[in-house]
Amino acid sequence: MDVIYTDNNATTKVADEVIETMVPFLGQFYGNPSSMYTFGDEVGKKIRRARQQVAQLINAQPEEIVFTSCGTESDNAAINAAIKAFPEKKHLITSVVEHPAIKNLFSHLAQTQGYEVTFVPVDKKGRLDTDILYESMTQNTALISLMWANNETGVIFPIEEIAQKAKEKGILFHTDAVQATGKVEIDVKAAGVDMLSLSGHKIHAPKGVGVLYVKKGFKFLPFLIGGHQEGGRRGGTENTAAIIGLGKACELAKENLGLMDTQVKGLRDYLESRLLKEIPATSVNGDTENRLPNTLSMGFDAVEGESILMLLDRKGICASSGSACTSGSLDPSHVLMAMEVPFKSAHGTIRFSLSHYNTREEMDLIVETLVPAIDKLRQMSPFWKDGKMI
Amino acid sequence: MWDYTDKVKEHFLNPKNVGEMEDANAVGETGSLNCGDALKLFLKVNENERIIDASFMTFGCASAVASSSALTEIIKGMTLDEAARVTNDDIADYLGGLPKEKMHCSVMGQSALKKAIADFRGIQILAKPGEVVCECFDVTDLEIIDAVKTNGLETTEDVTHYLKAGGGCGQCLDRIEEVIETAKQAQEN
Repeated sequence: MDVIYTDNNATTKVADEVIETMVPFLGQFYGNPSSMYTFGDEVGKKIRRARQQVAQLINAQPEEIVFTSCGTESDNAAINAAIKAFPEKKHLITSVVEHPAIKNLFSHLAQTQGYEVTFVPVDKKGRLDTDILYESMTQNTALISLMWANNETGVIFPIEEIAQKAKEKGILFHTDAVQATGKVEIDVKAAGVDMLSLSGHKIHAPKGVGVLYVKKGFKFLPFLIGGHQEGGRRGGTENTAAIIGLGKACELAKENLGLMDTQVKGLRDYLESRLLKEIPATSVNGDTENRLPNTLSMGFDAVEGESILMLLDRKGICASSGSACTSGSLDPSHVLMAMEVPFKSAHGTIRFSLSHYNTREEMDLIVETLVPAIDKLRQMSPFWKDGKMI
Repeated sequence: MWDYTDKVKEHFLNPKNVGEMEDANAVGETGSLNCGDALKLFLKVNENERIIDASFMTFGCASAVASSSALTEIIKGMTLDEAARVTNDDIADYLGGLPKEKMHCSVMGQSALKKAIADFRGIQILAKPGEVVCECFDVTDLEIIDAVKTNGLETTEDVTHYLKAGGGCGQCLDRIEEVIETAKQAQEN
């Protein structure tokens, strides 16, 4: 059975070109890039090239790029560096819809180190309440960390505007751009951010590699203390093949950025309009005016997400759910709850996240599978009668 | 992905006895939309108190659907007295087991069955002692206090893992925290 993969906000297919670039560095070229001999320096050169490729994607300088093991490490390293840089400041700001890598670390800092954390709310469309954000900035604020775009709804936050306000107040600003990278243009200089996280496996590179952009001039204190790698900002021998693959993936992402706004957005909008038209009592979660071009979060009233996913899975369709029952816990998605999405559709929310590898035929197959699947589940739902919610 | 048995998958994909039963003479409902799981069980019981037909409507995950389907298969042909002895473990066993995080789906089946039997017999189910804290999973303050004392639970998360309380709509989490504090204070004194 062919797989129809529409879960690209979870992870992506590693591009063939990326694999080709990596393979020699898993076998033939195994030298340590820190070595003094040519055999190792050949690898070192490729890492320097990868650093340039990453920098070019986000308009940074190569020396501002720190390779890490994943987005979570980048986020954690940024936060730890910020609090070490300003030990006298005991206030942190983030939002209620952040990734656990941010949310849980901030909660941990509040519980264990006495930090006061402001979790800025969002409205029903998932838009950040910037009034509350700006009001909460104080002289005591060490760091503001906000995602560039939300992983579940795709809603984009006004990062440039917020970074500017932070700068005016002398507050360090970090953005988790893991979901935005490769989907919308990222320009760290124009945005004015101090630190930015991205992750390889969200942009068709392998898992196990990430990046932290650190603006030149910020005295970054390392999270992993060891050798001189990454300019002393992260010790540890480099994950060479993955880093070289990530470089190639960044080059491809830059080339393919145009496809996001045309091909991918077109497919997303096509899927959205067909589902809205062909399945009653269906809604889109989040601000449809300002979201990632590849992301569609849809709520289907009166049915539950895991059941929908299992019926999709039978046809090889991969998507994800905002429902509680697909995760290890029973809690509903914290993003949908923060947006006050009604329970009738929150439990039946499915996220489709596309890439340029998707096709129109695949979108048609999703619709053809989903229409009878939702109908079947509604037929057995005690909350659905005569074609409507009761 | 959950490690579902083939029987769970089969009962989810091809559930038995689905739909509203027009001539049911016993109905039991449990769960709610907010909680993410709900079951409405319909029984047709004859004059000898034997269940001659059963059907269900379920809102929930694959294991909720499978548990409901299994329940109806298990109880068809039983007397109400026999059915009253069916436990959630019987439902889970019939399905070849459920992931521990999904056992509440079988609990929901047992609960709906109890309510349907009571409905037929025209009796009110005696309320559990204490005040219901978690409406989703029908957990009282006394049950939480007992679980905290017996198992050394510390947080609302511990209570949710242990009793499922607070694991649905989450509206009772603050109240659970209060109950935990009360239990801890009682222990200290």
